[in-house]
Amino acid sequence: MSAPLALGVAAGAVLSGTSLLYATLGETLGERAGIVNLGLEGIMLMGASVGFATTAATGSPWLGLGAAAAAGGLGNLLFGWLVVTRRANQLAGGLAMLFFGFGASALIGAPYVGAVITGLPKWRPAFLQELPWVRGTTLFHYDILIWLAAPVTGLVWWALFRTRWGLGVRAVGESPAAAYASGRDPGVLQYQALAAGGVLGGLAGAHLALSLTLTWAEYMTAGRGFIAIALVIFSKWRPLRALAGALLFGGAEALELQLQARGAGISPFLLEMFPYLLTILVLLAWGGSRRLFAPAALGRTFYGLD
Amino acid sequence: MTGPVRPPMVDIRGATKRYGELLANDRVDLQLRRGEVHALLGENGAGKSTLSKILYGFIRPDAGEILLDGAPVCLRSPRDARARGIGMVFQDFMLIPALDVQENIALFLPGSPGRGGLEQRIRAYGERFGLVVDPRAPVRQLPVGERQKVEILKLLLGEARVLILDEPTKVLAPHEVAALFKVFAALRAEGYAVLFITHKLREVLACADRITVLRQGRVAGGFGPGEADADALVTLMFGERLGEEAPGGGAPMAGAPLLELRGASCRASGSETALKDLDLAVGGGEIVGVAGVSGSGQKELGDLIQGLRPLSQGSRWFGGEEATRWSVARMRRAGMAVVPEDPLGMAAVSGMTVRENLYLGTGGRYRKGLGIAWRALDAAMAASFRALGFPRPPPELPAGALSGGNLQRLVIAREMAHRPRLVVALYPTRGLDVRSAASVRAFLRRARDEGAGVLFISEDLDELGEMADRLLVLYAGSLAGAFPRGAWGAEAVGRLMTGSREAARA
Amino acid sequence: MPDVRRPRSGRAAQAWWTGIRGAAVCAIALAAFAVILLAAGKNPVRGYADTFKATLASAYGLSELLVRMTPLLLTAVAVALPSRLGLINVGGEGQLYLGAWLASAGALAFPSWPAWALLPLVILLGFLGGALWAALPGLLRAARLVNETIATLLLNYVAPLIVSYFVFGPWRATESSAYPQSAAFADAALLPPLFDTRVHAGLFIALAALGAYWILLDKTRFGVDMRAIGGNPEAARRLGLPVGTWIVVALALGGGMAGLAGMGEAMGIHGRLRQGLSPGYGYTGFLISWLAGGRPLGILFMAFLFAILTAAGDTLQITQGLPYSAINLLLAIILFVVLARSPAGGRRRPARTDRP
Repeated sequence: MSAPLALGVAAGAVLSGTSLLYATLGETLGERAGIVNLGLEGIMLMGASVGFATTAATGSPWLGLGAAAAAGGLGNLLFGWLVVTRRANQLAGGLAMLFFGFGASALIGAPYVGAVITGLPKWRPAFLQELPWVRGTTLFHYDILIWLAAPVTGLVWWALFRTRWGLGVRAVGESPAAAYASGRDPGVLQYQALAAGGVLGGLAGAHLALSLTLTWAEYMTAGRGFIAIALVIFSKWRPLRALAGALLFGGAEALELQLQARGAGISPFLLEMFPYLLTILVLLAWGGSRRLFAPAALGRTFYGLD
Repeated sequence: MTGPVRPPMVDIRGATKRYGELLANDRVDLQLRRGEVHALLGENGAGKSTLSKILYGFIRPDAGEILLDGAPVCLRSPRDARARGIGMVFQDFMLIPALDVQENIALFLPGSPGRGGLEQRIRAYGERFGLVVDPRAPVRQLPVGERQKVEILKLLLGEARVLILDEPTKVLAPHEVAALFKVFAALRAEGYAVLFITHKLREVLACADRITVLRQGRVAGGFGPGEADADALVTLMFGERLGEEAPGGGAPMAGAPLLELRGASCRASGSETALKDLDLAVGGGEIVGVAGVSGSGQKELGDLIQGLRPLSQGSRWFGGEEATRWSVARMRRAGMAVVPEDPLGMAAVSGMTVRENLYLGTGGRYRKGLGIAWRALDAAMAASFRALGFPRPPPELPAGALSGGNLQRLVIAREMAHRPRLVVALYPTRGLDVRSAASVRAFLRRARDEGAGVLFISEDLDELGEMADRLLVLYAGSLAGAFPRGAWGAEAVGRLMTGSREAARA
Repeated sequence: MPDVRRPRSGRAAQAWWTGIRGAAVCAIALAAFAVILLAAGKNPVRGYADTFKATLASAYGLSELLVRMTPLLLTAVAVALPSRLGLINVGGEGQLYLGAWLASAGALAFPSWPAWALLPLVILLGFLGGALWAALPGLLRAARLVNETIATLLLNYVAPLIVSYFVFGPWRATESSAYPQSAAFADAALLPPLFDTRVHAGLFIALAALGAYWILLDKTRFGVDMRAIGGNPEAARRLGLPVGTWIVVALALGGGMAGLAGMGEAMGIHGRLRQGLSPGYGYTGFLISWLAGGRPLGILFMAFLFAILTAAGDTLQITQGLPYSAINLLLAIILFVVLARSPAGGRRRPARTDRP
């Protein structure tokens, strides 16, 4: 692999991987509390569409970002109502959110298709501007979501493993009965984890629309939500490993784009398949050991004792 | 007596709780005093668990009141109870295997999981009460006896003064039970009150200061220190003598054993126990019991014998043929019947009808083209129920509507319908009421008397003692010992069950 | 003992009840959707009226409903069959495309064959394409490596790319270079149309498939085995049922159904292989199956209702400029209403009501 290609892939990995990372972190929070949201794709689409629409309407990418985060959080709370309060099957509820996301995002984004927006501002720290191999590339020239990616990862880790709240969330995901016996309300903790996770999911979608592509198109997340769900498994539900996974898959996507751009002679369609096939391979490789690392009560609905 | 009498730590008056038609607790009175071990005795279903859950705030009683140190309180939730110093250790522990000891304890304490301080306190309390555990160990790696210690530590560190333990010795071997009683002694000496719930007479007589006996939801009687004896307790618990058939015993049939394992081993993953080099034989006309502490490999052994788990080494023989690679279906066709511990989870589909459940597992016997020969099936099953003397449930009833005992009887009727040669019984009486358990045991004995070989795996030494012609002891996946009838005592077996070969300490 | 099965009336009553429940749910959902339409500046009354005109008010409208129903029946069975075992097949989309692809391969490879040979071959290939695309996740699930829900979902994104690759590449029709599609299939490979409408013989295939599913489920011992595995896979395994084999077979059969849907679209409607064969038939099929509880008669009712709903989507797009994808919102609301109505599992246990 030539140096410019490698650099291009590295730069692209960060750009593509950020959205994946936020989505993965958000889903990790929910799954640690025992809830799988297959509709993550829908949440991301809502974040993207709401963010784009708000930015196009108000001219401020910051408002768009905030709106996207709110949309994601509210979406996940709606999902929470379905699966926690109404005790719906989580897989079916997730698919309901998926359709909801498809439809709502299409409706919200429709008036703004083709709109031109000012995206999130990017900047690069002064001392890095000097380096010759950095100038002229996208390296280190990032928007706020990318700069905050690592700190947010650390924040999620700290919240899950170093706070009382996180201990409670993990307990709910492992054994709702034990969490209840310790005086906690598993439902409340699940709602909280979902709300936080939804915010991150909304931001993940927003990054695509407000920074990477500066457009809105229906279904623009192209399955990233499902890749993120696979990444949660790949990272064994640990936020710090999610960082590595997101970079890996971001890199795969970047590689595909670089090869396309350089006219490598491989059909773009075949290249596009790569992330999905890679995801399946990864799940295959990790599959057997999944039982050991997954939160024990993942996917179950909680009925109270006995 | 003169002078003011200190009120008891806990005074339950007239506790009553009804579940639909069942009166689980009927005006129960119970008092716990400072520095005492109080045993709550009764058979399964007598209302012990319900009472303890009322005391712990899990359930609210329909009537009655609770006074703590003389003052009436209303316990709305476990949180309330814990705030007032009442703690409970459940039968299935409320521990999270994926977390470590310190995190599990921190879960139940206020404040952040600060590492240093809590660890020290865990070690300190461990020393003080004989509950030594490593705070950093992940709970999933701890054996059952240690997990129980973690549960008790959880309560003590949470400032509990009253400890409720629900059947704590169910999962312990005899010498671990002795260690637990030492912990009780330490607790008693420091002024804690222990409510010890059990159905085991011997333990109660060994360690309790005072005893309350429940029967069918009511207090049948109580005893102070030194007043009780075994007969009196049994009479209060059961109301009348429950006579069971004296353990009979045909001589095992001569000839080749029915089921054999030679040098069998199997792999394990996660929390399973690997089996190592097992040699085992079951002949026709005998009951072979397998004893062991929970987690010694019983499940894995049961699965191995049925054909659900492959052997990594060694061989399996059934009816004289090599059966190492036989599937479950093949074993069943060859005459293996299985009575599992959890019929609802393991041998029946609750959403399907009784008749459909009777069809499942009959292999290819009732195929009629692409359909099922219902008439023949109904006839065969009716005959089986009759032969066993079991009442026949309505065929269109969903299996999930049957009680535990009736479901187990359904499974037995199905399994026995085709005269199996081998019956594999895995904790078959678990969770059953006394009468159903007795009828299951009677059926197993009759199967043996009619020439079948029975493999009986259980953790209940009393039950094994009654039933088995020969007894094998499983420990950590290997056979620790084998005893012919009459040649074993609880101490000897208990020692093998825990892998210790030293003489038991007094 | 008389050979008592579930009484006839019970079964029919059950189907009617499903239909009525479904209609009630749709009514609630339509009301909610109307509110959303209003918020989006559209006229719901006109929209629903236009839909009625386009569907139920004319013979042509009804025939178009049948055209829509054809793939929906199949993709619903594609979900329903594996669901009897507790498997969740969300890969109808992908299996549809693969069925279309493999059938197209056959049609393009043997254009000179007579219809009595080519048509059955093409139908078989359609089934096989979908079956293989579903068997792969089935194998992964049977080996306990990957959950089939995720695997089938991911493959949904791969299959259309395969079709696109061939349509832009090796199979590209040279005469119409502006629009990527394959060469037209020989007449011998096409499904004959009924009367003067776009309804094609695929409808009969779909109805036959539904019938076959019903027979399998209710009249054979396989149905009992499937329900046993779905009801309690652990018990089924312990009783000797070959659960792993069943998982693969059930998913393959289901995938084959969806493959037939794809074949139907390619051979019955378009006459060529194209991109965009399916506006979400796979997902809609999932919804239909879920709402019908996997029961065959319910699927028939729901497929009809959903044909109307998808027609509504197209109508609203044409007459009021609503993006077609917005109809997904209606589907989602329907699902919400159903999921939110009763806590899963029905009965609440005593401990819950005892909690303060």
